[in-house]
Amino acid sequence: MQSIIELKNVNKWFGEFQVLKDINLQVSQKEKIVICGPSGSGKSTLIRCINRLEEHQKGDIIVDGITLDANTKNIEKIRSEVGMVFQQFNLFPHLTILDNCTLAPIWVKKKTKKEAEEIATKYLEKVQIIDQAKKFPGQLSGGQQQRAAIARALCMEPNIMLFDEPTSALDPEMIKEVLDVMVDLANGGMTMCVVTHEMGFAKEVADRVIFMDEGKIVEEKPTQQFFNNPENERTKLFLSQILN
Amino acid sequence: MNLVNWTRKNLFSNWHDTLLTFIILFLFYISIPPLLSWMFFDATFFGTSKKDCSGTGACWVFIQVWLKRFTYGMYPNDQIWRIDLAFIIFFFVIGAYFFVNTKIKKILFIFLTIIFPFLAIFLFHGGLFGLEEVETRVWGGLFLTLFISVFSIIFCFPIGVLLAMGRRSKLPVIRYFSIGFIELWRGVPLITVLFMAAVMFPVFLPSGTNLDKLVRVIIAITLFESAYIAEVIRGGLQAIPKGQYDAANSLGMGYWKSHILIILPQALKIVIPGVANTFIALFKDTPLILVVGLMELLGMVNMAKTNPAWLGLATEGYVFAAIVYFIFCFAMSRYSLRLEKQLKTSN
Repeated sequence: MQSIIELKNVNKWFGEFQVLKDINLQVSQKEKIVICGPSGSGKSTLIRCINRLEEHQKGDIIVDGITLDANTKNIEKIRSEVGMVFQQFNLFPHLTILDNCTLAPIWVKKKTKKEAEEIATKYLEKVQIIDQAKKFPGQLSGGQQQRAAIARALCMEPNIMLFDEPTSALDPEMIKEVLDVMVDLANGGMTMCVVTHEMGFAKEVADRVIFMDEGKIVEEKPTQQFFNNPENERTKLFLSQILN
Repeated sequence: MNLVNWTRKNLFSNWHDTLLTFIILFLFYISIPPLLSWMFFDATFFGTSKKDCSGTGACWVFIQVWLKRFTYGMYPNDQIWRIDLAFIIFFFVIGAYFFVNTKIKKILFIFLTIIFPFLAIFLFHGGLFGLEEVETRVWGGLFLTLFISVFSIIFCFPIGVLLAMGRRSKLPVIRYFSIGFIELWRGVPLITVLFMAAVMFPVFLPSGTNLDKLVRVIIAITLFESAYIAEVIRGGLQAIPKGQYDAANSLGMGYWKSHILIILPQALKIVIPGVANTFIALFKDTPLILVVGLMELLGMVNMAKTNPAWLGLATEGYVFAAIVYFIFCFAMSRYSLRLEKQLKTSN
């Protein structure tokens, strides 16, 4: 299969501190990968580099055939093809849920208001919060907000979806409603990179699991093998802690 | 809770509260009755000259006779309808703003910010389409106060927004220019700036060109106040979480789109109290234009009180001016509160 995301020897520093060390990673079309690892291992930074919310200093990142560099045009093109879901939802609090969803399609993809609203309705129905469309984010529960954020990203009709710990800020009883939406999305054939600690989700949908520690990819395996035969000691320790 | 209980609880709950209550009642007793008799009971309201005043109370005849000058300055009497017309349109549009739907609101907003300023200047100044020209040096009174305030506010706000964004820019040239500009204007008193505008500024212009003094004053006040507005707005920009920028960027919005659609609407909402504060201060600073020879409301009062036929009536003039300033400042304050409530979306 053709790879849609390609990272070659990617290095990144925050000042003196090196967060990413020689990262090599390929993601194929329609593939679902889960990235896990202890906090501070650089997994969030890694996926934030894919749509250049963070800038890498060394190496190449190629998304959908476009190499990411300082060229703003390329960055904006990539960003309109790569959707992102954040830990803190980051909905726009001054706009209704519907307006949150239609804003970027109208202003970035130049859709008419009517078209944008049709698309928004479709995805808000998909994540089952169409009845909340006229409300403001502050009036919704965490789970509803995160589903709205997923719908907002989908409204740009991206080829790739990045999830940065989408359930970490949620109350336990709301995690499932968000994961259900993500599973549904995965079954629909979306290319997904998910940073998460939800190993149940990884077992269910991931094609591959990547384990990171101290800025390096320590282990990278198809899901079955990753959980059944982890090789690295650090991975074994992490799995034993997180699965119990 | 009935009145007796309320009084007992709030005014007489212990001995020192009781003492304070009596002291305050006593202060009211010695100050309010004389004030009321001066302002109303012993005052003279109607007449044609100072001789009509009784002498013990306030002589409101002074205000009544001079009202036209306090309002319009030395603007020719037969042309005053032009000012009235412009202000009737202005207040009518602002009034209508509260009662119409969003679509008409947009049209009104565009009219008020883009078309109306030119219409107003045309009406006030004339010289075109057969309208008699009225030079700015005869403009004055409350009319001039409002003219300077409204135009300075309209111009200083967008400049302030750009400066605030500039000060947070990643591009060093823009950032240092903004910092320099803001610190320069904040570091000098307004009165100095006005002197410079009147005296120094013409020196820098090529000889023969003459920029109207009023225009120079408005430019000076605009630049001065834009530095203050910039700092207020920067406070708002800093309060917006980084996640909002991330979300806007991740949806493919660039710098301008993310600022105009996402960041500024939220930041400006936060800084409404600070912006209102600055605008009220600007309004109250307009009397300073006296130093360059322009006379708005307070300037006209100062002039009238030195008229030989009306000597000794400074108090009446100042009380009147204070009341007028208060009405406008209070209205701005209430409007900003209303706006804050209207724009509140999250709980």
